[in-house]
Amino acid sequence: MIDTYTTAPNRAEAGLLARFADNERWLSRVMLAPAILYIVLLVGFPFLLSLFYSLSSVTVASREIHFVGLENFRRIVESGTFWLSLKNTILITVISQFFVIVFANILAMALLVDFRVKWFVRFLVLLPWVAPISLGSIGWLWIFDSIYSIINWTVRVIGLFGPNFWPIWLGQPDLAIASIIIVNVWRIVPLATVIVLAGLTSIPKDIHDAAAVDGAGFWRRHFQITAPLIMPITLVALLFGIIFTFTDLIVVFVLTRGGPYDQTQVIASWAYFTGIQGGDLAGGAAISLFLFPVLVAVAVLFLWFARRAEVT
Amino acid sequence: MATVEARNLTKLFDQVHAVDGINLLAQEGEFLVLLGPSGCGKTTLMRLIAGLERPTKGDIAIDGKVVTDLPPRARNIAMVFQSYALYPHLTVERNISFPLRAVGMPKGQIREKVEWAAQMFGIERFLDRKPRQLSGGERQRVALARAVVREPVVFLLDEPLSNLDAKLRNSARDELKQFQRSLGTTTIYVTHDQAEAMGLGDRIAVLNQGKVIQIGTPQEIYGSPMDTFVATFIGSPPMNLIEDGGTWLGFRPEALLPKEVEPDGDNMNFRLRITRIEYLGADRLVYGVIEGRTPEAHVISKIPTNIRTELAAGQGYDFVLRKQDIQRFDRHSSLRLNGGAT
Repeated sequence: MIDTYTTAPNRAEAGLLARFADNERWLSRVMLAPAILYIVLLVGFPFLLSLFYSLSSVTVASREIHFVGLENFRRIVESGTFWLSLKNTILITVISQFFVIVFANILAMALLVDFRVKWFVRFLVLLPWVAPISLGSIGWLWIFDSIYSIINWTVRVIGLFGPNFWPIWLGQPDLAIASIIIVNVWRIVPLATVIVLAGLTSIPKDIHDAAAVDGAGFWRRHFQITAPLIMPITLVALLFGIIFTFTDLIVVFVLTRGGPYDQTQVIASWAYFTGIQGGDLAGGAAISLFLFPVLVAVAVLFLWFARRAEVT
Repeated sequence: MATVEARNLTKLFDQVHAVDGINLLAQEGEFLVLLGPSGCGKTTLMRLIAGLERPTKGDIAIDGKVVTDLPPRARNIAMVFQSYALYPHLTVERNISFPLRAVGMPKGQIREKVEWAAQMFGIERFLDRKPRQLSGGERQRVALARAVVREPVVFLLDEPLSNLDAKLRNSARDELKQFQRSLGTTTIYVTHDQAEAMGLGDRIAVLNQGKVIQIGTPQEIYGSPMDTFVATFIGSPPMNLIEDGGTWLGFRPEALLPKEVEPDGDNMNFRLRITRIEYLGADRLVYGVIEGRTPEAHVISKIPTNIRTELAAGQGYDFVLRKQDIQRFDRHSSLRLNGGAT
């Protein structure tokens, strides 16, 4: 009856781009696509491929692929090098992560205090993390050099050891493992420090003050208040460190190439030497798959702690 | 039980005097309130007493002994923080026993003490819980129990009630006063809430810009403020100040009443043009301008609701002020001039 009711409603029109940007259904898919593509192409596909390779007889030279069942795994488990690599991997990871957590805690507490050249110290602490692993490892290769090792020369000049003392860092199996541990600690400490520092700064100042008034000295404050409060975030740092150390092959590759006589081989490096340099793709794939159960366990723990840290 | 004394205490933060030459003495068993606007240095003063900050100058003495160089744990004080600062990863039992464990008290004795403190604050059934499972009021009790448990010589309380809701705050204030009375421990209490200060304090020290402006009983602070700062900081609404020759003329809003309430006597008469009236239940707040004065004198009158004089905004009315309720302050130093009413 009345004209105004029959006319078209005066609706605001959004532009095409704005309409798309406001559509969360489509926007979320588009935003997630690169990450999913990355995981499928660079993680999922190689993983399935190595599963397939590990059950076959594929080599670099042959294009023919025969299904051989669990033959590759039998071969690996029966070889002494596998057990040595596994032992080395675990040893290096456990010892290096112990020192990482200790040093990261000390450094983080030092960086919590205000002092004059703090920015510079923070820069130095972060440097190993920013530098490419291979470059850092090459630097350490020179530090551990059998003739020019700066450690040996310094020790000799100071006169700390006798004239016949001249360790061959990368030539003696135990020292070579120690060297690999040192480089891994050096490499992971910056990340762990930053994570622990974040945890420390999240503790309210009142808590420390209350503990001080309540009569707690430095050690009691640290081990009964600070350490338990940063435990969840310290575990996150630890799990990161475990994953990085457990799967790393660059440090071993640059420093010792697994030598002397495969004594410093870790699973990742042995898989590389077998599969790529030795040409036994099937064997290499099978070896690398032994990393999988450990990493799954670590990842599950990781997610569990991350959730727990969120709730509290 | 002990006295707490600040002697010419000064604390500088980046050239700013947070605490500026304060001299203060809390008597044995006294409940002393430090009251002031935010940034007046009251919390810094308390942290200096606790030993959480080192003074730039001056000394702190507890029970007559100078403790300036002692760490907090050697001062035998207990502190309750505004945030309560409970240890979130420890149970209530562990929170309360923490100060006892820190001094290495035997286990059996610790249990006794914790039970005693928990009973005092009615939190026995929470002993196994973590702080995050408690309500604000319960947390505050745990914080108090942790402070009481090792029987310190001094309590320092930093706005312990400000995180409670208004209803709970009133009952908590009452309980706080009672337990302080029964323990008889010297208590220093920081707040910016004057109602809290008035209700709790044996004496109140009013602070501003790092200095103690006035120290006295709540009646003295309210009745005879030292200067215009105290006069306007204490009381809600604040004291009316109007220019009168070379002085400020000050009077409390409840002293200014309609003329018909008190038609005779030695009074000062005003013609008040009312601009706004607020009904607050028990009182009416009447905002107005005194006629015939330059510059304009804005004043507030607080009239109890049982005085039912009809008033309307926009109209002029006769108001009276008893001469004995008038105080005078110097225009330049803003210090109080006469004795006035106390």
